[in-house]
Amino acid sequence: MAAAPKLPQMITANRLRDGEVVWWKAGHWVERIEQGSVYEDPKAAAAALTEAQVFVTDRVVVNPYLFEVRVTDGRIKPASERELIRAAGPTVRHDLGKQSCPTLESFDVSL
Amino acid sequence: MPLIKVGAHLDSEIAEDAFVTVADDAPLTDAPAIVSLARFKKERDVLLARNTPLGIRLKAAENPEELGDDVHHFAVVVLEIPTFKDGRAFSWARILRTRMKYRGEVRSVGHILYDQVALLQRVGVDAFELPETITLAQVRRALGEMKNVYQPSADGRKTIRDLRAG
Amino acid sequence: MYRYDEFDAQFVAERVEQFRYQVARRLAGELTEDEFKPLRLMNGLYLQLHAYMLRIAVPYGTLSSKQLRKLGQIARKYDKGYGHFTTRTNLQLNWPKLVDVPDILAELASVEMHCIQTSGNCIRNVTADQFAGATAEEMEDPRPLCEIIRQWSTRHPEFTFLARKFKIAVGATEHDRAALQYHDMAVQVVRNAEGRTGYLVMAGGGMGRTPYVAHVMREFVEREDILAYLEAVLRVYNEDSRRDNIHKQRIKILINAIGPEEMRRRVAREFEEIKASGTLQLPQDELDRIKTYFAPPEFEKLPDVSSQFEVAQQRDADFANWVMTNVAKHKQPGYAIATISLKPVGGVPGDATSDQMEALADLMDEFGFDEVRVSHEQNLVLPHVKKRDLPAVYARLKALGVATPNAGLITDIIACPGLDYCDLANARSIPVAQDIARRFENLQRQHDIGELKIKISGCINACGHHHAGHIGILGVDKKGVEYYQLQLGGSGAEDASIGDIMGPGFGRHEIANAVERVVDHYLKVRLDGERFLDTYRRVGMEPFKNVAYLEQLYAAY
Repeated sequence: MAAAPKLPQMITANRLRDGEVVWWKAGHWVERIEQGSVYEDPKAAAAALTEAQVFVTDRVVVNPYLFEVRVTDGRIKPASERELIRAAGPTVRHDLGKQSCPTLESFDVSL
Repeated sequence: MPLIKVGAHLDSEIAEDAFVTVADDAPLTDAPAIVSLARFKKERDVLLARNTPLGIRLKAAENPEELGDDVHHFAVVVLEIPTFKDGRAFSWARILRTRMKYRGEVRSVGHILYDQVALLQRVGVDAFELPETITLAQVRRALGEMKNVYQPSADGRKTIRDLRAG
Repeated sequence: MYRYDEFDAQFVAERVEQFRYQVARRLAGELTEDEFKPLRLMNGLYLQLHAYMLRIAVPYGTLSSKQLRKLGQIARKYDKGYGHFTTRTNLQLNWPKLVDVPDILAELASVEMHCIQTSGNCIRNVTADQFAGATAEEMEDPRPLCEIIRQWSTRHPEFTFLARKFKIAVGATEHDRAALQYHDMAVQVVRNAEGRTGYLVMAGGGMGRTPYVAHVMREFVEREDILAYLEAVLRVYNEDSRRDNIHKQRIKILINAIGPEEMRRRVAREFEEIKASGTLQLPQDELDRIKTYFAPPEFEKLPDVSSQFEVAQQRDADFANWVMTNVAKHKQPGYAIATISLKPVGGVPGDATSDQMEALADLMDEFGFDEVRVSHEQNLVLPHVKKRDLPAVYARLKALGVATPNAGLITDIIACPGLDYCDLANARSIPVAQDIARRFENLQRQHDIGELKIKISGCINACGHHHAGHIGILGVDKKGVEYYQLQLGGSGAEDASIGDIMGPGFGRHEIANAVERVVDHYLKVRLDGERFLDTYRRVGMEPFKNVAYLEQLYAAY
């Protein structure tokens, strides 16, 4: 029996200087999850994570790691509540975090 | 890694290590040797009969009180710090100095942070084998970063309370 | 309150420069994150979900108006205009930038504040009763000893790399408002048979994965010996604690492993030696010197009854309600202790905005209050309010949104930041607190229910103190979904007890219902004068469990 397909992955980290949550987009870091790169292939994801480590040594980010997302109709939704909250902001303060920015393209924040 | 010794006036210098750390199963030479607690327990009489300075190297879990009065036979007591998180060596150094009245060299080796150097010195450590990233210049800086201390320790340094009393 | 002398000021200034240097080295790549992390933790700087988090020390929960104003300013300038008061009476900023932290520390130093040892495996903030110095209940003000312990423990060379964090509290009243028995070590001011004042020392309390209530280490320690005794406990802990399993490294685990008797024996041995060496003795004149900093303000000679106060209660029902719960008896005639609620129904428990902090500082100046206190229940307290000023103070607090008349009632909920903020969390806690508070908003119902302490933690680390809740709630992650476990019958007061776990968890949208069913059952079966806690202790878990799971039972049909 074939194993269930793994969920696509993205890479996230915190920026060293200001702690801002960022996502990997093929060679650099972006501040909006929907701008980040989604990796369907686990090998490509792992390779990207290795590439991202350079930014640790270069003191740009801290602790990059992979996490799972679901993509529906082109909209990205983290699979875990934790990454959802990281991507949006505190659920109890909609005026704080990335969700408060008017330029934020909507993504599925429902818990 | 070089040995850095700290004097009574917090002056620090790189020093030659007169000792050789000898593995448990290796033969001793004529050189001053540092041996493990396990080896000392096994070969105590032989080791003490030698005419060269002797040192002992304690693991993080080894309380120097196990040495009893024998501690005074050692020219150096080496305290291992396997990870900076393991702060037991701070108490071992303190006990060596204040309870056991040990006057030889107390040496820290292992995974030591810059921020620990000054604290180790206060509890009685007077020699360091430090990671490459901590240079002599850094040691000197570390020792001078905080001019005053709030509580007494093995270094006998005047505390802020003493200074307030004038 | 304590005022820095030149030595304290220099110490903090040097500490700021030390951290500035450490940050510079980190940014220059001379320190890796692994090497930098313990250093930044020692200055209270965490990396959380959204950003860094800076925990500012509020020693024994005491702040001057100048300090409170500065906290508001710092939150506005460097953060997002608010801060969070914690269960250890500290203040957390949730969005500081690493590059700004040295400057934040410098600004804090300018008002005699710091972030030293608010994290890391070292001795943390020493806490005390938020009514200290004001209540008639106390044997003496516990805060001078807190200050002495604070200085002794600051950058203590031997105890900076303990197996785990170490939390100390000091008490001087029979009724314990500081949860002494849940601390790693606690000191209780006592009087012995000869009438001498000294200290009872206990150790080994704690929350977290394995909660424990503290054991008495020594019934009576002479005043001058107290630091020697505390040092003895710390030394035994530092030497003998496990170092191999992070979940088994608090002192509570050590004492449970070797037994309190053996712990006492080891401590006694250390204590005798330290005492004999004489280096840590606390002379009476030093104690007296510190005490002078905590001398009460110049109280006015007032009659105990204030007509303004009485009349205002008759005229204004809101004010009367607020007085009922938020105003406590003061030792000085004509004065009172006022609790400023940071638990508006539907708000975030323990949060205060910069505007609120600054306005409260103005209030303090205007009414001549030199101090405000932070309680471990995440409220603020004005310890010395003239009764005749209470109506005016209340009006100002109400305008600021911090006059919710719920101190000690069911909507006065303690909640950790939870998964909305915290890197360690498994579930959110704040929305649960908000749901429950909204459910019980009706004041009459709240009064009917009476004292009921609900405490919510978003993970097993128990920063919300859920083990000590009359109703405790623990958020867990069950296959990616938030679930909430109920515990009943905990107490952090002098009758300390660890809450009993009810059973399987409740979903995010079931938990408030379950709590309501539990509370309604209490109302049904309580005897005259029984609080929820008393009823629970009388009837046990079974009846509460039966009603709590009703929703699941119906669903099963």
